[in-house]
Amino acid sequence: MSNVKRGVLSASPIFRTLFSVFTGLLVGALVLFISGYSPLKAYRVIIDGIFSKPSYISYTIIYATPLIMTGLSVAFAFKTGLFNIGAEGQFIMGALGAALAGAFVSLPPVIHAIFAATAGIAAAALWGGIAGYLKARFGVNEVIATIMLNWTALYLNNYIVNLPGIKRPAATATAFILDSARTEVLPLWKISEAGKLWRAAHPVWQDILRTPLNVGILVALIGAVLCWWLLNRTTLGYELRAVGHNLDCAEHVGIDINARMICSMAIAGGLAGAAGAFHVLGWTRQAAELAAMEGLGFDGIGVALIGNASPIGCIPAGLLFGALKYGGSKLQFALRAPIEVINIVIGSIIFFVSMPKLTQIVAQRLKRRRLGRGEPHVG
Amino acid sequence: MQQATNSAAEFAVEMRRVTKRFGDFTANDKIDFQVRRGEVHALLGENGAGKSTLMNQLYGLYPPTSGDIFINGEKVHLASPKNAIDRGVGMVHQHFMLVQPFTVTENIMLGRESAGALGILNEAHALREVEALSSRYGLSVDPRARIQDISVAMQQRVEILKCLYRGAEILILDEPTAVLTPQEIEFLGTIIHNLTAEGKTVVIITHKLREIKKMAERCTVIRRGIKVGTVDVASRSESDLAEMMVGRAVSFAVEKNPARSGDTILSLKGVHALNNRGLPALNGIEFDVKRGEILAVAGIDGNGQSELVEVLTGLRPIESGSVYFRGDDITRYSPGRRIEMGLAAIPEDRQKRGLVGAFTVAENLILEQRADRPFSRRGVLDLKAIKRHANKLIERFDIRPPRETYLASSLSGGNQQKVILAREITRNPELLIASQPTRGLDVGAIEYVHKRLVQVRDEGKGVLLVSLDLDETLYLADRIVVIYEGKIVSVLDREEADERKLGLLMAGGEAVHV
Amino acid sequence: MLADSLAFIFATTLMYSAPLIFTALGGVISENAGVVNIGLEGMMTLGAFVGAAVGYYANDAWIGFLAAGVSGGALAFLHAVACVTFMADHIVSGIAMNFIGPGLSLFLSRFFFNGATQTLSLSLDVKIPRPLNGVFEQNGFFDMVFNQYATVYLALLMVVLLWFVLYRTRIGLRIRAVGEHPKAADTLGIDVFRIKYMAVIASGVLAGFGGAALSVAIVSRFSATLVSGQGFIALAAMIFGKWRPGGTLAACLLFSSAQGLTVFLGRADLQRLLPIPSQLLAIIPFLLTLAVLVGFVGKSRPPAAGGVPYEKE
Repeated sequence: MSNVKRGVLSASPIFRTLFSVFTGLLVGALVLFISGYSPLKAYRVIIDGIFSKPSYISYTIIYATPLIMTGLSVAFAFKTGLFNIGAEGQFIMGALGAALAGAFVSLPPVIHAIFAATAGIAAAALWGGIAGYLKARFGVNEVIATIMLNWTALYLNNYIVNLPGIKRPAATATAFILDSARTEVLPLWKISEAGKLWRAAHPVWQDILRTPLNVGILVALIGAVLCWWLLNRTTLGYELRAVGHNLDCAEHVGIDINARMICSMAIAGGLAGAAGAFHVLGWTRQAAELAAMEGLGFDGIGVALIGNASPIGCIPAGLLFGALKYGGSKLQFALRAPIEVINIVIGSIIFFVSMPKLTQIVAQRLKRRRLGRGEPHVG
Repeated sequence: MQQATNSAAEFAVEMRRVTKRFGDFTANDKIDFQVRRGEVHALLGENGAGKSTLMNQLYGLYPPTSGDIFINGEKVHLASPKNAIDRGVGMVHQHFMLVQPFTVTENIMLGRESAGALGILNEAHALREVEALSSRYGLSVDPRARIQDISVAMQQRVEILKCLYRGAEILILDEPTAVLTPQEIEFLGTIIHNLTAEGKTVVIITHKLREIKKMAERCTVIRRGIKVGTVDVASRSESDLAEMMVGRAVSFAVEKNPARSGDTILSLKGVHALNNRGLPALNGIEFDVKRGEILAVAGIDGNGQSELVEVLTGLRPIESGSVYFRGDDITRYSPGRRIEMGLAAIPEDRQKRGLVGAFTVAENLILEQRADRPFSRRGVLDLKAIKRHANKLIERFDIRPPRETYLASSLSGGNQQKVILAREITRNPELLIASQPTRGLDVGAIEYVHKRLVQVRDEGKGVLLVSLDLDETLYLADRIVVIYEGKIVSVLDREEADERKLGLLMAGGEAVHV
Repeated sequence: MLADSLAFIFATTLMYSAPLIFTALGGVISENAGVVNIGLEGMMTLGAFVGAAVGYYANDAWIGFLAAGVSGGALAFLHAVACVTFMADHIVSGIAMNFIGPGLSLFLSRFFFNGATQTLSLSLDVKIPRPLNGVFEQNGFFDMVFNQYATVYLALLMVVLLWFVLYRTRIGLRIRAVGEHPKAADTLGIDVFRIKYMAVIASGVLAGFGGAALSVAIVSRFSATLVSGQGFIALAAMIFGKWRPGGTLAACLLFSSAQGLTVFLGRADLQRLLPIPSQLLAIIPFLLTLAVLVGFVGKSRPPAAGGVPYEKE
């Protein structure tokens, strides 16, 4: 068919993403308009809700942090040919592991946080690895396996959280993690006398430190770069990608595909687990009983898709997602408009992301108009 | 030029100045093509010359970019295969269009199902029609069998029945002999004769000169999208036709040094293995390959060749028996270990097993050596070393386009095969297994591959060739083993073998029954 | 006691299975035509909302049920446009459906029901009826097991109907051909695009019915956590059932029977005998499914051209 060099498609992935975001927002505007709300006002509320105060920007980053990481989890799995719907359950296990290690073990600060995070990540990596093992050894479709494991994780979490000795009195949650395990930025200093004085003199920081800003975002950013490096610059990543693109060829050239599949799912699980762990260590400080799945793992699928399934792409995608979710949460209060319009917007963005052909047609039309009546580039 | 209406009607098919472009690429360039009613007309050209493209337009798969098509003197606009079928055109594609899990009858009636009220299928009725057609034209099939269970030759007959079931008067056969044994090819010739005796018109697309001489009356030659000419087959020799097809004199002389074979490098003893459906595929295979020779495995597709190669590369477990390589028992060795020991394989499906299409050419060239120095140091890839290696191989093997950053999927079939060859040969293996190494390649690429394989053999390595192409087998082999129903039924030296003999052995060594 | 327990389990099984069966059958017809539809969850949710909302305002559960089907079909139409006409990645488009479906449902719920994320209940007499009410002796074994909502019987009927259509009719043969070898179907003059569109829309209609079977039969209103994941369970049932209606039915029954068992073991009288914490009981269906998959099902094989957009050359 057409000889396509890397990146010479008439619609580059960046254009495609931008176009999809734009069109998705347009759909949201349409839905709002039809329901009698002013789209301009609504989007104004969202933008104000994200940018107008330093604390808002901080909250946006806080919201985006776990999303970037669950997005990484799904994106990593995609690159290796697997569909990780299990990010939700792996998130839960990561959160639980970190909460338990943070509350019931005594270690000096920083080391404690690292230990607790590692515990959570390990638990989640194991959870992901189970799905990988079931697929490799028994041929169980990873979609089914991870869906089952999601629910299992949910109920297991609820069971453990309520065990005597772990449960916090008068709450359906674990005991709070010790201060030594927290990854929030200067949590104790900022509410001390000295801290309050300093903050009063620095209004911007005063506002920011009102929020549970934590190092999770750094972990997410470093994690994204690490994922990219692992996939593209190491032999392991090469093998994982080969398995993802062409299982038969990978087998033929001597790659142990079973071991690699388990490895992929374990890494993906660990990434989603990191999201859960740092969510607990930096913000919630507990693992609570869950009535339903929080959705951060599921949202991660959306982040990965908007980010074009690339690790680096998950960063802007996660920030966008977090911004929309946080900003959108203000709609109910400001305009009495349903916050679910955000889900419709996100869904529409993904819908348009799914159709590269559509954006290709649009890109060609735009190019043609710009070039006058020149022949369009087409493969 | 005006054609009188009378003479136009003598042609079952006429295509006038038909041009077909795909983007920048011109597949057919102002081709004039006429087929007389009731004749057998061959369309000759290399792989990629444009013959299938031309006939696909006649079958309505896509419209010409410009030019006209006439069927029985009437100008037609074929928007879809349905239009073509309605006008009496039927096509048997090179890669069969059969739904594997469906039965023969279901495949034949698909799209023109005999159904009653509410669309409820009436299979009994269809079955009767199939049996009637089958006996009328001598096309024996088992109407209740599933396609995945029947032989390739029977599948072809099913495809022909599909056309006849729809009342085709003009039948297009695309490379019909590529998958048949010599006996089956003769049988096909009889079938074609029966068809024309009943007034049908047959067009055969092929690059096999021998079949043209045997079956066709006239032949149109296409080269690089342009019609070279139309000739009476009887008045031209095979080399005349070859020259028209390729554009230069083609010698059929064997240009090979005699083999200087050494000791045994590969040995199979009593190997039993199952196929993907759990049925026995290899039933006690035994043979040896020596250094410095090309051993060819000849056989009809489906007699265990694929499973044999998979057993040798370590992708299929052995139920019983053993495989010895360089003196070691490698029966339980993993694919990776065999590669380390010096086993290399060119897989029969290059896109499925031979390449990762989404990887670049450079990445594909280090597939087996991904963890070795200098390409990888302590787990980290050395991209510069990989690039250097790729450029070296691209030059040595003339891989086009010569950019190591191109995705493997964007290369032509011939160049993809060169990538695989380059990779396997430069690893300096002790034994090279080549499965269908020239499938789908044009004459130039075929020559190249053959040359390289002979080179490997001349360097004192062993080459195991598994090929469905008897011409290729006879050209390359020093020794030949014939595989039938998972067993080796004959071991021959090249001098003892000829097409007739091999054809009989491949079919089980008994009287012809397909 | 034993008969009572068995009756309870059977009854719960049948009741919970109806929504799963409808939705899973939706998956079956779509995938047999070669279009992966993981957006079943979204279509089911939308159907659940529309069924409850329309049912409430029309004061008739059946009208709600039909409307639910239409809404599911409409959402599925979007999926078809993306996958069939624009060669989208089926999975990505399906995920989009799973955001849009619930998003739209909650949005409209707030809009029509005063900002609430649940609809107002249908009164008991306009819910889906129980056609076999009063036929059997009250509280007897047969009454407990067979006195089900009409949607249960409809679901079972649908299994038979879909099997018949797929394996005994012309359209079914074509659907399966399109899913296995679209090129072959195309060369025989079959309109591949039209068949795929029809199958995908049908899958949405069925998923919509599945959602309504929850919201206007088992309960009497839609709420935000009503569906929560059952669309995915239906997906699992379809894969489990190897894309055939019969196997899918068995998978749905297995799953809902495990849920029935869980509810059963959670009953107070049994908790005294066998005190298993309710959360651990809740895990049983999922672990059971995994165990069965590992032990019995083995590698599953979807239609050969499933998930691959069909492109004419």
